[in-house]
Amino acid sequence: MHYLDHAATTPMLPEAMAAVQAELGLVGNPSSVHAAGRRARRVVEESRETVAAAFGARPSEVVFTSGGTEADNLAVKGLYWARRAGDPRRVRILTSAVEHHAVLDPVQWLADHEGAVVEFLPVDGLGRVDPADLRRRIAQDPDGVALVSVMWANSEVGTVQPVGECAAVAHEFGVPLHTDAVQAGGQLPVDFVASGADALTLSAHKLGGPLGVGALLVGKTTDVTPVLHGGGQEREIRSGTLVAPSVAGFAAASAVVARDRAPQAERLSSLRDRLVSGILERVPDAVYNGDPASDPTRRLPGNAHLSFPGCEGDSLLLLLDAHDIACSTGSACSAGVAQPSHVLLAMGATPLVARSSLRFSLGHDSSEADVEALLAVIGPVVQRARSAAAVAEVRVR
Amino acid sequence: MRVLAALSGGVDSAVAVARAVDAGHDVVGVHLALNAHPESFRTGSRGCCSLEDSRDARRVADVLDIPFYVWDFADRFRDEVVAEFVAEYAAGRTPNPCVRCNERIKFVALLERALALDFDAVCTGHYARLVDGRHGPELHRAVDPAKDQSYVLAVLTPDQLSHVLFPLGGSVKADVRAEAAQRGLLVADKPDSHDICFIADGDTRGFLERRMGLRPGVVVDEAGTELARHDGAWGVTVGQRHGLGVDTPSLDGRPRYVLSIEPVTRTVTMGPRELLSVQEIACGAATWCGPALSGRSRGLVQWRAHGEAQAATVGVDHVGRLSAWLDAPAEAVAPGQTMVVYDGSRVVGSATVSATRAAPRAVPSGAR
Repeated sequence: MHYLDHAATTPMLPEAMAAVQAELGLVGNPSSVHAAGRRARRVVEESRETVAAAFGARPSEVVFTSGGTEADNLAVKGLYWARRAGDPRRVRILTSAVEHHAVLDPVQWLADHEGAVVEFLPVDGLGRVDPADLRRRIAQDPDGVALVSVMWANSEVGTVQPVGECAAVAHEFGVPLHTDAVQAGGQLPVDFVASGADALTLSAHKLGGPLGVGALLVGKTTDVTPVLHGGGQEREIRSGTLVAPSVAGFAAASAVVARDRAPQAERLSSLRDRLVSGILERVPDAVYNGDPASDPTRRLPGNAHLSFPGCEGDSLLLLLDAHDIACSTGSACSAGVAQPSHVLLAMGATPLVARSSLRFSLGHDSSEADVEALLAVIGPVVQRARSAAAVAEVRVR
Repeated sequence: MRVLAALSGGVDSAVAVARAVDAGHDVVGVHLALNAHPESFRTGSRGCCSLEDSRDARRVADVLDIPFYVWDFADRFRDEVVAEFVAEYAAGRTPNPCVRCNERIKFVALLERALALDFDAVCTGHYARLVDGRHGPELHRAVDPAKDQSYVLAVLTPDQLSHVLFPLGGSVKADVRAEAAQRGLLVADKPDSHDICFIADGDTRGFLERRMGLRPGVVVDEAGTELARHDGAWGVTVGQRHGLGVDTPSLDGRPRYVLSIEPVTRTVTMGPRELLSVQEIACGAATWCGPALSGRSRGLVQWRAHGEAQAATVGVDHVGRLSAWLDAPAEAVAPGQTMVVYDGSRVVGSATVSATRAAPRAVPSGAR
């Protein structure tokens, strides 16, 4: 199989597997005071230090969660509740129109149930928000803003957001900023303190760690109301027994990612550029979505997102799957029906174009052979998908 | 063969696709999403198209280890099946949406897309048999008379029939359930679907009322005397006795039945049972499942999915319209219904009923 869906999940690194396996057979609740507990706690705390070092945070700023979705929920709801508790006027949430559903849906839930007033920051044709636009919007009623949430890099089209500038703008008004760095964590130099963000989401399985664990980096002075109540672990921000094997695997993967970041980004960028130019040679009317720059400060190195006019993404996926090539059409709803991507729609694409799109995402074990396998079949696959769509068009008329 | 199997999430399509896999075909499963807002569909497990059905279909594909996709046909289903269902009732006719779905969605939209994507055939869990005949594949009734679905498939052309698989036509339902259980398919005990899949609560009148709005009219007897007024004859069908506020019998004590629905003035005519009697059924242009009939011939005709087939003389006029002259009068044949012609167990073709007559005109002699 040629796996070109690393943005969905990427294979576990050997170092992470070894760390998880080493812990699986051992007993000990990190909250216990006896020797077994102390041993487990040492693993967790060393892991915390490793994760903190990999992402430019202090160890005390790492709050382990069950993954990216929980961390996003904790950030959005926790910051909203804490800010509103400080001043009941603070109900505005400013977030980009291209966030992952793990941010969009909690924001919508707060609007529906907690009186939040949501404003979506528009993006340009490359999928980027404008910090000046953010400043204008906050300035309309700065005292009413609870939080800003702008993702580090887009999960579908790979566009890197000006998170640092947005954080600086938010801080001009004393407003905290959260950033979802789930996709960026494995491929970009994510530095929490340097970015100025007040909260930052990470997911282990997107960077070579195990599934089911992630973290919210929370600034030392940032107040977050908990979503989960219980034993008071993790600065009382996130209760629940710490999962030592998963946390150890997360840390091991983070260390590898931090060590290999620069050469890996270079390797993936050039592999990705080969994939994109190869597709455009074979399908000249394909459209490369997002920022065309190869520069990792502007686009995720492993991300390629293209529209194939006249094709249904569903048909492309089926045909590529039959050739043992795994990729993605982007966001899917629970019934598995491909909806036109809200990201592409926000970037100005028509629903028809959005439905004709595929995301190819490369990761640590991607090779030239994977790219060549795709290029060997993409031309005929697109041709066949087009003829299938043309049949449907004729019938509709 | 490369086979695209439609998986509804029910037991029948699950066993059908399992048999296609056993037969050595290269099978891909697909679930048709027919509603853009599946949560508004029935959430239980007796219909199709709910989120639960989609998950059940996926589980079947997982167990059989075949690829699985969900294809969105919601727009086409809405435009070509649901909208026509409402329009037909608004025109005073009685539609069969399952026939329309097979005719427009499953064996046209789905089949054409499958062929374009390099599949050789579409496989479904319908109970009907395909038999190799002298003129190509023949469509026959299933061996299980209680489950026979040849009626709703009578809109398929020979070309379409040469690209479909119905692996269940030779089985009875009880055996299909037992086989599902034996194969470890978790849908083995799922109740059968029935009624209309896109009307979640089974309330056809309410569904039509919401879409058609108030359409007041009068209910009259066969002499034209007003019996009652109605706010809308939603979902009223020829032969219906209740539901129009005229449950009182006529002066001679006999119950009244709906005889006709006039769509422009929205006048519903009711009368005694004997006026439901029909001997001649006139239809529109026929679709033939095999060689076309011409002129006059003998056959069996059926106008309800689970009705009895009746012996009749069948004729085709010079523009291909189908008519039937029943040997014995029948009751309650409604315009809009699909009339299917059988030759023994073989499906000959079908057409939509346009009008009925009580007393036959002289059966035309000779073919035209």
